[in-house]
Amino acid sequence: MSDILNTLLYHSPALIVAVPLLGAFLTPLIGKINDKLRNIFAIVIVLITSFLVYLLVSDVFSNGIRTYVFGGSSPLVNNSFAVRILFEVDGLNAFMAIIASILAIAGVIYSWSFMKENTGLDKYYTLILLMIAGMFGMILTGDMFNFFVFLEITSIASCALIAFRTNQGSAVDAGFKYIVISSIGALFILFAIGILYSQYNALNMAVIANSISYGFLDKIALVLLISGLAMKAGIVPMHMWLPDAYGRAPSSVTLILIGTTQASLYGVLRVIFSIYGKHLTLPVKTIGDTNLSLSALIGIILISFALLTILIGVLMALKQNDFKKMIAFAAVGEIGYMLLAFGAAITSISTDPLTGSTILATHGEVALKGGIFHIINDALDVGLLFLVAGAIYYATKHSSLNKLGGLARNMKYTTIFFIIGLLAVAGIPPMNGYVSKLLIYQSTFQVNPILSIIAILCSILLLAVFVKVFHSAFLGPKLPKFKDVKEVPKSMILGMGIIACIIIFFGLFPNLILDNIIDPVARAIFDYSAYIGGVL
Amino acid sequence: MILIIDSILKTLTTGSGFWNPLVWIFTIAIVLLLMYILRGFGNKGYKEGTEQTKSFLSGNEEYEKEKMHVKASNVYWGFLETFRWLYKRFDKMHTGNVSDYVLWFVVIMGILFLIIGVI
Repeated sequence: MSDILNTLLYHSPALIVAVPLLGAFLTPLIGKINDKLRNIFAIVIVLITSFLVYLLVSDVFSNGIRTYVFGGSSPLVNNSFAVRILFEVDGLNAFMAIIASILAIAGVIYSWSFMKENTGLDKYYTLILLMIAGMFGMILTGDMFNFFVFLEITSIASCALIAFRTNQGSAVDAGFKYIVISSIGALFILFAIGILYSQYNALNMAVIANSISYGFLDKIALVLLISGLAMKAGIVPMHMWLPDAYGRAPSSVTLILIGTTQASLYGVLRVIFSIYGKHLTLPVKTIGDTNLSLSALIGIILISFALLTILIGVLMALKQNDFKKMIAFAAVGEIGYMLLAFGAAITSISTDPLTGSTILATHGEVALKGGIFHIINDALDVGLLFLVAGAIYYATKHSSLNKLGGLARNMKYTTIFFIIGLLAVAGIPPMNGYVSKLLIYQSTFQVNPILSIIAILCSILLLAVFVKVFHSAFLGPKLPKFKDVKEVPKSMILGMGIIACIIIFFGLFPNLILDNIIDPVARAIFDYSAYIGGVL
Repeated sequence: MILIIDSILKTLTTGSGFWNPLVWIFTIAIVLLLMYILRGFGNKGYKEGTEQTKSFLSGNEEYEKEKMHVKASNVYWGFLETFRWLYKRFDKMHTGNVSDYVLWFVVIMGILFLIIGVI
C-alpha cells in the first residue's frame, strides 16, 4: 500500500494534470452509456485529482520544493542546457493547487443538479475537466512555454463554457469577448517568453531567474508579462471582460473561472518574485538623494492599480441591479485587495546593509501573508456568492434584483449561505475575510495610512453592496409569483455547504491556516534562490 | 496534535494589533444572552395577526405586497444621484465594446513601457 502511495506521490505533479485531461476525453464516451454515470465519473475524477493534490501538498509543506522532470531524471542536458519540461512545486504552487481543488470539487458537485435542465452536458463536463487540467497545469509548471500552453487550454475551455448557454445571445457575446481578450493577452505573454528565450536559451523559469540580467529586453519582457497576466487577472482598467464573463457563464463555471483568474495572478507573483526576484533591490533611478529600487517602482505600480481596482470594482458593484454582474464587480474589487497587499509587500523589500541579502520589513511580511490569505478567502467567499446567485437563478429563472424579493421564506439554506458569503466578503468578524483584510489594513497603514483608509471605506461599501442584494432578493414579503419556489436540490446545497464550512473554519481558526499554510507560502514566494535551487 | 491545538487557541498578532475569534464569539454570546434577558422584560401583550402588527402608512391603505417591496434600483438612490458625475465617467469607460477593452490594454502596456522600460 505504501509503495503505491509513494509511486502516486512521486508522479503526482504529472498525474494532477493527466487525470482530469484523460477524464475529459473519456467523458463523452461514458456519457454514451448513462448520464448519471458520466456525472459520477466527473466527480470521481475531480476527487482523485484532489487526493493527488493532497498528497503533493503535504509532501511539499513537510519536505520542501518538488521537481518533476518529463522524459528524464534531470532538467539539464550535458549539465547546462535546460531543455526538458519540468513541473516545479514550491509552497506557492501547492497553495494555489489547494484553492483549485476546492473550487473544482464544489463546482462539479454543484453542476449535477444546476445543469441538469441543459443539453450538451457531455461537452460541458469535458470542457470543465479540460479547464481544471489547464488550471492545474498553469499552477504547477516550472516552464514558461508550458505555462503559455496551459493558459491557452484554460482560455479555450473557459470561452466555450462561458458561451455554453448558446440560446442566450449575451452569453455568446461574453464568450467572444473573453477569447479575444485572452488571445491578445496570451500572445503578448508568448512574445515575452520569446524575448527571454532568445536571450537566455532557456524556457525553464528557474534557469531564466538564475541568468536574468535586467537589461532593456528583460524590461520589455517584464512589461509584456505583467500587462498580459494582469489583464487575465482582471485588474482595472483591463477588467472589463470579467463582469461579462463571470456574469454570463453558468454559476458552476464561474466558480472555476475564479480559479483560472487567480492562476493568472499567481503568474504575476511568480514573474515578479521568482523570475525577476534577483533584481528587485536593484536601484533603477536616483531621485534627489534617494535611490528608487525596482521593488519600490513595481510596488508603487501595483498599489496604483490596486486602488483603481478596489474603487472602480466596488463603486460599479453598488450600481448594478443584476445579481451576477454585481458579484463580478465585487470580485474585481477583491482582486484589488490582494494586489494592494502584494504592492505593499514589494515596496518593503530592501537590502540588508550588513549582509547584503534581500530582506522584507515586518509590515511587508504581514502584507504578504494578508495577500496570500486573501487569495484563498476571495476564491471561497466570491465563489459561494456566485453559487448562491446560481441557486436563485435555478429556483426563480431571474437574476435581475428588481424582479426578486422575499426568497428567504422559501430558500432557507440558500439564505444562510448568502449571509455567510456576505459577511465573509465584506470582512465582518468572525469570517475568514476579516482576518486577511485585518492583516492587509494594518500592514498597508504602515506604508501609507491613506491606503488603509481607502481599503476600509471600500470594504464598508462592499457590505452595502451585498446588503442591497439581501434586501432586494431575500427580504420583504413573499411575492405572489414566487409562492411555488422551492429550495434548490441537495447537490447544489452540498456544493455551497462545502465552501461555507471552509469559510467558517478559516474564520474561527485563522492561526491554524496562517501557521501551517500561509507562512510556508510567504517564505516560498520571497525566497527566489530556493526556487532556483530546486532545479539548478 | 499539541501544535494544532496551540494554533487554534493562539491569538493572532498583526504587528500593531491582535485578533482572537474565540474570544470574540464568547463576547458576542454574552451580549446575545443579555439581549435575551432584556427582551424578557418587554410587553407580553403583543398579539400576532391583529391591528398591532399592521403597517401604519399615515392612515393610507396598504399597497399590494409586490408593490410594497423596495426594488434594487431604488436602493442607494441618493448615493448614486450624488455621484452621478462619477458614474457617468465610469459608464463611458464600460462600453461593452471589445475593441475598447483592447485599447485599454494597449494604453496600460504603453504606460508600463514608459515607467519600467524608460526608467
